[in-house]
Amino acid sequence: MGIVSPGFFGRPRRDDPGLPPGQYLTEGFPVLSAGPTPRIDPDEWEFTITTETGQVHRWSWTEFLALKQDDVSTDIHCVTSWSKLGTSWRGVSLDTLFESVESDCEFTMAHSYGGYTTNVPLDDLLGGKAWIAHEFDGEALEPAHGGPARLLVPHLYFWKSAKWVRGLEMLRQDEPGFWESNGYHMYGDPWREERYW
Amino acid sequence: MTGDLDDLDYLDGNAAAGPLSEFFAIDVVSARGRCAHCGRTDALATARVYPNSHGLLLRCPGCTEILLRLVDAGDRVCLDLQGLSFVELRRH
Repeated sequence: MGIVSPGFFGRPRRDDPGLPPGQYLTEGFPVLSAGPTPRIDPDEWEFTITTETGQVHRWSWTEFLALKQDDVSTDIHCVTSWSKLGTSWRGVSLDTLFESVESDCEFTMAHSYGGYTTNVPLDDLLGGKAWIAHEFDGEALEPAHGGPARLLVPHLYFWKSAKWVRGLEMLRQDEPGFWESNGYHMYGDPWREERYW
Repeated sequence: MTGDLDDLDYLDGNAAAGPLSEFFAIDVVSARGRCAHCGRTDALATARVYPNSHGLLLRCPGCTEILLRLVDAGDRVCLDLQGLSFVELRRH
């Protein structure tokens, strides 16, 4: 289709052991925009986890920042073929947010301000594998990169790390999100090159 | 949707003509389409294309909702038209 050119954002380097198959290393931080950038005032921001019973667990921005904060250094891999190694984030572990949540569901749908959705199994959000991140490189996360806060699930392709995240919905069965319903893989493991159906 | 309508990171709908030519025998961006969300009806060439995305997204210039999604999945191309409730092509 020629709209997104693999490798456009960086020099082709494939020899790093941190690079999954088919990925290029980039030093920049490309922005993949699917639409207008939502501008969310932290005073109006909230994050919710909604269970199968309809119970809603809710955090305001102030309550969210009062939770235990983690500093995370991790590699990220975009399905459009760029990878960025050793990125630095600060945020709240999903383990912390799920401490008070009771659910029998094994799947989740992340919902974002702006309407974006993406599905992630609950197991992939727990066990120190995922965060709601609000800082990148020691600075507040810019709106173009998903600020005030985005989901960070770095072991999956980065489209799963939903920008402008506003909540998680617990699901009994896996359902496709925005890109998964139009060609992208339901799980998205970069080490298995799970890019498309 | 929530959004900043002054966001300028888009192209006009003519940028979708090439990728869509795999599906349509005619130059579909010259056709008029109706947004399933707000009802605005205009040439698809007036819609907004966001090029730095995981696929090609055509958004309504009125309400910014998605008219059309096209994903190039290598050996397949996937097209979602649920945001378009009507398309009119004029014969010349």
